[in-house]
Amino acid sequence: MVPNYTYHRFKTLLVFAICLAGFGILVGRLGYLMLFQSAHYTALAEELHERERSIKAARGRIYDANGVVIADNRTVCTVSVIHSQIRDAEEVIGVLSEKLGVEEETVRKKVEKVSSREIIKSNVDKSVGDAIRACDLSGVKVDEDYKRYYPFGSLASKVLGFTGGDNQGIIGLEVIYEEYLKGQDGMILTQTDARGVEIDAAAEDRIEPVEGNSLYLSLDVNIQKYVEQEAKKVMEQKQAKQVSVIVMNPKNGEIMAMVNVPEFDLNDPFTLNTDVDTTGLSEEEIQDLRNRMWRNSCMNDTYEPGSTFKIITAAAGLEEGVVSLTDTFSCPGYRVVEDRRIHCHKVAGHGAETFLQGVMNSCNPVFIEVGLRLGTANMCKYFRQFGLLNRTGIDLPGEASTIMHKEENMGEVELATVSFGQSFQITPIQLITTASSIINGGIRVTPHFAVETRNSDGTVINKFDWDKGERILSEETSETMRHVLEQVVAEGTGHKAYLEGYRIGGKTATSEKLPRSENKYISSFLGFAPADDPQVIALITIDEPEGIYYGGTIAAPVVAEIFDNILPYLGIEREEIAPEEE
Amino acid sequence: MADQKKKKQQEMKYFDYSLLVVILFLCCFGLIMVYSCSSYAAQLKSGDSLFYLKKQGMALLIGIAVMIGVSQIDYHKYAKVAVLGYVLALILMILVNFTPLGIEYNGKKRWFGFGETSLFQAAEPVKVALILSMASLVNRFSKKIDLWRLQILLVVVEAPLIFLVTDNNLSSGIILLGIVFLMLFVASRKKLRFFMAVALVVGMAALVTVFADQIIELKILKEYQMERILVWKDPTAYALEGGHQVLQGLYAIGSGGLFGKGLGESMQKLGFVPEAQNDMVFSIICEELGLFGAVCVILLFLFMIWRFVVIANNAPDLFGAMLVVGIMAHIALQVILNVAVVTNTIPNTGITLPFISYGGTSVVFLMMEMGAALSVSARIKFER
Repeated sequence: MVPNYTYHRFKTLLVFAICLAGFGILVGRLGYLMLFQSAHYTALAEELHERERSIKAARGRIYDANGVVIADNRTVCTVSVIHSQIRDAEEVIGVLSEKLGVEEETVRKKVEKVSSREIIKSNVDKSVGDAIRACDLSGVKVDEDYKRYYPFGSLASKVLGFTGGDNQGIIGLEVIYEEYLKGQDGMILTQTDARGVEIDAAAEDRIEPVEGNSLYLSLDVNIQKYVEQEAKKVMEQKQAKQVSVIVMNPKNGEIMAMVNVPEFDLNDPFTLNTDVDTTGLSEEEIQDLRNRMWRNSCMNDTYEPGSTFKIITAAAGLEEGVVSLTDTFSCPGYRVVEDRRIHCHKVAGHGAETFLQGVMNSCNPVFIEVGLRLGTANMCKYFRQFGLLNRTGIDLPGEASTIMHKEENMGEVELATVSFGQSFQITPIQLITTASSIINGGIRVTPHFAVETRNSDGTVINKFDWDKGERILSEETSETMRHVLEQVVAEGTGHKAYLEGYRIGGKTATSEKLPRSENKYISSFLGFAPADDPQVIALITIDEPEGIYYGGTIAAPVVAEIFDNILPYLGIEREEIAPEEE
Repeated sequence: MADQKKKKQQEMKYFDYSLLVVILFLCCFGLIMVYSCSSYAAQLKSGDSLFYLKKQGMALLIGIAVMIGVSQIDYHKYAKVAVLGYVLALILMILVNFTPLGIEYNGKKRWFGFGETSLFQAAEPVKVALILSMASLVNRFSKKIDLWRLQILLVVVEAPLIFLVTDNNLSSGIILLGIVFLMLFVASRKKLRFFMAVALVVGMAALVTVFADQIIELKILKEYQMERILVWKDPTAYALEGGHQVLQGLYAIGSGGLFGKGLGESMQKLGFVPEAQNDMVFSIICEELGLFGAVCVILLFLFMIWRFVVIANNAPDLFGAMLVVGIMAHIALQVILNVAVVTNTIPNTGITLPFISYGGTSVVFLMMEMGAALSVSARIKFER
């Protein structure tokens, strides 16, 4: 047996000392990594583990004046694939293309693409999404999401507008109030394992989405529905191209209804509402048809207003003092201006008449005379003063501007035609807004739909401040105009708009579309009630009616019909008619 | 027989309970860490999150039985099987390297088994055989141990084992060489030659490091070896290739901070650090238990090594002392190299962390060595 010598012990201790040194170095190295480099590596590691997923915020709803939801949200699903997690690619391709109705080739391309996430289809119905989820395919993700849903389908389609796949407004109020409606998307920061699979137990950093604010409108579903029905009726009766109606409160510019028939289905806004055969049309041409379908004629398009514009000429003439109600005129059936003979609609002429009678007869020579008395400078001054040269500022996108002669290019002929509403173009909304201002006591209003926004728990966030504009007309002239226009309905060309028990004011128009040779017309009627204290104003334009096309004959009765129903609905009582009471 | 037994029991005056406690503690801690590191991957792979834990637990039970068995045998009897062990180890390595009995994993023939069933990792019993044979040889030739030729002879005797292991398992080869070197160092009175050898190796390593680019051009080292050195110098640059494991390990270590994320809370074990329960287990310890936990583990190993020093220095004879020194060298080298690799202090080479890393063979043979060390400790006589 060989003993264990001292030097062996010493050497063993030496080995230990070396180990100690080695361990010391390693502890130092660890300390460096785990204390000084810790932040660096932690950040790198987190970047590796974290994945962001956004949670879509629900878009704010849109309510009508009665608190009825007219634009809602529906839960839909977004189906996407995560390449690294797919086990059975063929199965995934098969199931997805079948259930989603997407071409197999398209799905295959996305499934086989090496990317972190590839969206196969969004806006998938919840039932389809649930069915896909039930298949439990690894690598397929079904995320719930919101899609706009319009419970009334086509109601006020061109006003409300709709949203696209990304839930962003495309036309109408959905565009204008995007900022209020869209809300703020949330975010989920999840942790994933090396394959990218989310870890259930891991704490999620979650930024909650903020729901968009709800928008409350002055639009009233009941009025809108009724007006739409009436508009449709007259469109069908008269085989018209389209019929637009605006119903507004003349005092503050709140729009109660804006109808443009034919409307389109907001829940399916890309399908054309006409039976046009689209086979053989290019995508561009089809899109062009869609854009046309989406146009809101009340404010996207201009027209020659014709006789309804005489309201404005009359107001300007009275305000300027160049004419009074009792001034007498004589109408031989035409008026010669410079070298042009301009006809009255009554070829035989109205003969001798007062200004009031001239308005009631809608006599062109009378208004030519008033226009000429005003002169170009004054006519243009009133155009400016009444706000006709600016846009109305309605809260809808794409409002068209007035097309008007330049002052320096206006001769007497132009002045004469402008006087009775020809040779220039304005939008229907411009006409009704200006008329409102003339009859409401002389204050310019801004036509609008939005009243206020509220957050998800009903607190009012933002009350829209549509200040009343400037005074554009004196109180007296305004009162005179109300009286004159009431006479038009009571005994003049607008008598078909007469309603027993209501004091209704209004003005008819029949404008010949350009080119004149085609004999196509726009019949219109502008009416308001009660004439002594206007609370509702309505403008109907019937585009290209067949057969009888006089505004007084076809447009005025529609307004009467509308007023007959909505005035009681608005709480405006019929006045008792005298004899019984006596 | 009865007398002998009685006599033996009277002689057993000392037993190193401290060592036993550390061994058991590290083994249990190892089980916990293996479970923590492997459960997620095991769940995904086999549907049983306990898959690795169960296997490791079984191996540990066998290991404990082996340890108890070996510790009950007088270590002097080991000497009688030293030659047999050496020959068996040699045959084993030849079988593994050159016959179908060697089973390949990841391109490396490291396992011994039949057909589909692999039984154990060949390098582990070889370590035991090598320590035993070295202790016997040193004991036999202790008088002439300082002679150059004898020292060279000893190295030459062990060389076939080392070469056969190195062929498929460089890291185990390095450990074996290290054990031989340290055992010789302790056995010999000489110091200078050993320090010179160390200086030479360190110098070479430094040269390789500094002139890495030139060496690649000269193609002295194999490409994969050079790659590892490059990865070591800048793991981020090779993140997708060789640097992946090292870099992910560093992420894990760095994420730990002072006190870690808490046991079981590692993110990196979720597939980021490949096979976290194996060589890289220390990085997950760092992530979950922080610098504090990591230092505790290191201190435990240090304490274990200190117990070996105590046992070796109090061993009744040189053979016992050399056995324990061999075991100590084995443990120390493996721990230091493992931690160094995991912290990217040295280039990557596959070394497991004793008692903690997953691996049944490793645990069984480590426990055998522990049994031997305990057996030596049991022969210590109190003279004072």
